[in-house]
Amino acid sequence: MSNLIKDDYRTRITMETFSFLPELTADEIYDQIVYIINQGWTPALEHDKPENSADHYWGMWKLPFFGMRDPNLFLNEIEECRQAYPDHLIRVVGYDSYTQCQGHNFVVYRPRGM
Amino acid sequence: MSTQTFDAGVQDYQLTYWTPDYTPLDTDLLACFKVIPQEGVSREEAAAAVAAESSTGTWTTVWTDLLSDMEYYKGRAYRIEDVPGDKAAFYTFIAYPLDLFEEGSVVNVLTSLVGNVFGFKAIRALRLEDIRFPVAFVKTCNGPPSGIQVERDKLNKYGRPMLGCTIKPKLGLSAKNYGRAVYECLRGGLDLTKDDENINSQPFQRWQDRFEFVANAVDKATLDTGERKGHYLNVTSGDVEQMMKRAEFAKELGQPIIMHDFLTAGFTANTTLAKWCRDNGMLLHIHRAMHAVIDRNPNHGIHFRVLVKCLRLSGGDHLHTGTVVGKLEGDRASTLGFVDLLREDFIAEDRSRGIFFDQDWASMPGIFAVASGGIHVWHMPALLNIFGDDSVLQFGGGTQGHPAGNAAGAAANRVALESCVKARNEGRDLEREGNDILRDAARHSPELAVALDTWKEIKFEFDTVDKLDG
Repeated sequence: MSNLIKDDYRTRITMETFSFLPELTADEIYDQIVYIINQGWTPALEHDKPENSADHYWGMWKLPFFGMRDPNLFLNEIEECRQAYPDHLIRVVGYDSYTQCQGHNFVVYRPRGM
Repeated sequence: MSTQTFDAGVQDYQLTYWTPDYTPLDTDLLACFKVIPQEGVSREEAAAAVAAESSTGTWTTVWTDLLSDMEYYKGRAYRIEDVPGDKAAFYTFIAYPLDLFEEGSVVNVLTSLVGNVFGFKAIRALRLEDIRFPVAFVKTCNGPPSGIQVERDKLNKYGRPMLGCTIKPKLGLSAKNYGRAVYECLRGGLDLTKDDENINSQPFQRWQDRFEFVANAVDKATLDTGERKGHYLNVTSGDVEQMMKRAEFAKELGQPIIMHDFLTAGFTANTTLAKWCRDNGMLLHIHRAMHAVIDRNPNHGIHFRVLVKCLRLSGGDHLHTGTVVGKLEGDRASTLGFVDLLREDFIAEDRSRGIFFDQDWASMPGIFAVASGGIHVWHMPALLNIFGDDSVLQFGGGTQGHPAGNAAGAAANRVALESCVKARNEGRDLEREGNDILRDAARHSPELAVALDTWKEIKFEFDTVDKLDG
């Protein structure tokens, strides 16, 4: 404890939900996709340059994946998006059509150095 | 044609206001009172007296009664029920025609329903347990300025509760030092910080100074972290002109959210402020100081669920609900009941949660439940389980009491929250596995490890005074 008191708390650029956890593994991302699908929400992907991260709107990767039930297909989309935009941030969105809000939203990929 | 005649004398309420055959209309405003009558007064007489005194009646017959359509305007006691576990008390259900109340005015409803009747001699004690507001009335009210969904979109907070904290010490900090405490909390990972309810504009810290320094803290934390931040700037004041001046200044500073003490300031001020917030795109946090004076006695007063409904109609985007697990009073089932009343669109009658009527909000936006008071990281799994995502969890001492300061304390809370959300989404049982989830998370967060160590032994285990009946 005494170490920490001496230590400085360094401010970090964070990206909202789950950014205080260690980077999610593929299995952990899979579980969150399952959660989104089981809530009846529609998974979607967004990406943008790190300097635009504070904007409300990021670029949309294709359309939201309406009716998608297989989490593996969604993981493939993340990989495809990453290859197309290797220097972009990528986040997963779960659209809840009942509340007309996003039920979930978390970053799954940060370009090197972020 | 009239067959009515005028007989002077003291009212026999029961004849007029006890109507067990009446079927309430969809447009009636319904109320449930818990009544303890004076000795020798029958239940029917007492119920009728409550209906009369909270609607058209007065103690004696007056000739002008005959000039109005009393049958139309009177309140009707239409049902009497036993109170489980209490022989002295009974519930009475009363239906009021909608025309008794001014459109859009919870003030008028309360003045009628909880006015003189609460001092009425034939009644020993009286408690307003619930009100069913008909859709026809709901639609005349402005309601929350933004509501849960709009606030999430504005602040970019999804898939989890928001984290907040009240800046401490409650009183006595200079404006600049106060802003420092705000900045430290926000840069460490909190989404929102809050003025204490009794911070208004005291000599040690005038409101303009606080607003300016806090705005600087919020804006800098937003830039430094890349996340949207806010601080509830308390605009509660001694008069409404001053309140509006403070609200306008918060907007001028570009701040997203202000706050108000709705009970001490009153519903008229609150409704005015909520309407202004709607027009100006400002979020509104509502504190409930004074509520326990009104709602804690199980036999006399107004249950908090009624105040919750009145606030939703008057307008607010956040409301304090108690924590269930922290230092302040709160029965779990009853709290879950009024949390539903805050957030859901339709709430069905459910006596096990103290809900006496179906309530249809007709798409009026929902309000974030705020859990605040004596909570710390060890409570996180239970809080998430109880309050779900549409809540603000506020750790005052639990952030600023961290041995390494506000920023580290904020980070500890954020790590704990996100670990619990992730575990819940993975299907894990938070109340059973909560401690393990936190200990695991602490392995990658020294801030959380210290927090877990600091607050391990703190518990608040006193009996709840106001329990659900039965």
